[in-house]
Amino acid sequence: MRRLFASRLAGLAVLAVILIILPLVAPNTFYLDILILCGFNAIAAVGLNLLIGFAGQISLGHAGFFGLGAYGSAILTSTYGWPALGAMLISAAAVGALALVIARPILKLKGHYLAMATLGVGIIISIVLETEVWLTGGPDGFILAEDFSVLGFVLAGEESWYWVVAGLLLFTIWAAQNIVDSPLGRALRAVHGAEVGAAVAGVDTARVKALIFVVSAVIASLVGSLFAHYAGFITPEKAGFFKSIELVTMVVFGGMASTFGAVLGAVTLTALPQALTIFEDFEHMIIGAILMGTMIFMPRGLAPTLNSLLIKRRGE
Amino acid sequence: MFAEFLQYVFAGLTIGAIYALVALGFAIIYNASHVINFAQGEFIMIGGMSTAALIGAGLPLWLAAPGAVVVVMIVGVALERCAVGRASNASVTTLIIITIGASIFLRGLVEWLMGKEIHAIPAFSGEAPILVAGATLAPQSLWVFGSAGAAIICLWYFFNRTLHGKAMLATSHNRLAAQLVGIAVKRVLLLSFALSAMLGAIAGIVITPITFTYSEAGIMLGLKGFAAAVLGGLGNGPGAVVGGLVVGLSEAFAAGYISSAYKDAVAFIIILLVLFFMPNGLFGKGGTDRV
Repeated sequence: MRRLFASRLAGLAVLAVILIILPLVAPNTFYLDILILCGFNAIAAVGLNLLIGFAGQISLGHAGFFGLGAYGSAILTSTYGWPALGAMLISAAAVGALALVIARPILKLKGHYLAMATLGVGIIISIVLETEVWLTGGPDGFILAEDFSVLGFVLAGEESWYWVVAGLLLFTIWAAQNIVDSPLGRALRAVHGAEVGAAVAGVDTARVKALIFVVSAVIASLVGSLFAHYAGFITPEKAGFFKSIELVTMVVFGGMASTFGAVLGAVTLTALPQALTIFEDFEHMIIGAILMGTMIFMPRGLAPTLNSLLIKRRGE
Repeated sequence: MFAEFLQYVFAGLTIGAIYALVALGFAIIYNASHVINFAQGEFIMIGGMSTAALIGAGLPLWLAAPGAVVVVMIVGVALERCAVGRASNASVTTLIIITIGASIFLRGLVEWLMGKEIHAIPAFSGEAPILVAGATLAPQSLWVFGSAGAAIICLWYFFNRTLHGKAMLATSHNRLAAQLVGIAVKRVLLLSFALSAMLGAIAGIVITPITFTYSEAGIMLGLKGFAAAVLGGLGNGPGAVVGGLVVGLSEAFAAGYISSAYKDAVAFIIILLVLFFMPNGLFGKGGTDRV
């Protein structure tokens, strides 16, 4: 079991099997819908984990990029009649350019100052989306006119969305693992460990930090675009502070610097509120208490803690 | 023309004084524990809400207000005892999530107890506005200036003239050294949460007659207070006060002269511009990295 988890491709294969079995055991489209939302969040969390978990740079504003991708796609397709794929790619390119411009001055900052700056970027984006009513529909939200279609093939219905999201999730994990094990990934971990040390060892720290910031922002934007098409309706809240916090929490909750941890965190935190709706009034109190409890008793997150428990068991 | 300007100054100073109190709350906890307490905004909200609840229960204001301060201080101490103090070796990100978890929990608790409706407290000394050179000043604004000023003077006295205050300052400079000379560092941590809860409660009580309060009222106030604290340089007391006033005034002028829709964005635009050019805030000291 342990050797199975140790190998990258084996982990992917296990996840692929799980992803194939899941829709077979899902009783109805309600569960399929939750699985799809889990998938969207997992992709975004895997991207954000590259920045937070591996490079050690916090971002409290990534929902801003998610929101820009979502609104970019929504506005370009519904208001201006662009094809969905083109709108998605242009939005991602624009978000990437924006991230590139702000990356260098922002990533010079450290710790709480970096948290403040990224939080500021996210909030400014969500306020713009909320205020420019003529373009975005304002706080009431934006309804997308058309389904996602590529060259005449229309993506509609939970079942087809599920397979697309599952495939994208596997691809993102594969890509993330390749980045982590590449020279760039090693440079990132060096930056995380000791930035000055990395610079002395010849790593262009500003460049690798900027690069991974852009990569994670573009992933967030692409997920945002797809989410907008899937949901058919978006609000500025999706770009807001709490969505950003949600994404960061998924990464930390699952286990920083663990790609499958990010997936686990995303799935847990997406499904949990659905399960807790039966508690109605207590929902927020329970979510808050779970967040505090996990972080106090498992500060390294879910996946690493479970993993070391497993290894301990094996060793005995 | 001048009357208009003066009107914006009054509005800016009123809200700026509140941001200053919140920023001081951030600074005190940051100094004692290097934690950014994202539940700071909840202190303000609970301060206002519990005053409204106590007044609703029939208490007069002069009893309800101190009662609310005590409630919030208990919440602050509980936050340290049950959550933050238990995760002493956690990373910055983990601690941020713990305090955010606490803020979600506290909001849920207040919503369960008091609902999501808007609550109000009557102005302390009537609504009749005072005319100053053509601009109007609400009497409640004077209460805000007065209590913020008094709180800041008391804090200055506490940190510079009392043994407990000096012990807190010593702890913020070097925790281990403070422990070695016999300062009860754990108690300092607890005291810092109690103090900053008190500041939040005061801010919440005096501002509620002007802005009203509801379960989510603390979110934006807390985030802007954080921006003010960073603007002045994290952990810098006078910097926090200046940061709060700068954020309050620019917000009021932006709302008056440019666009009221983007009022909430002003604090964050300022903080981004400042951080781009001064990565440690206006008055913060540059740090050095150890390898």
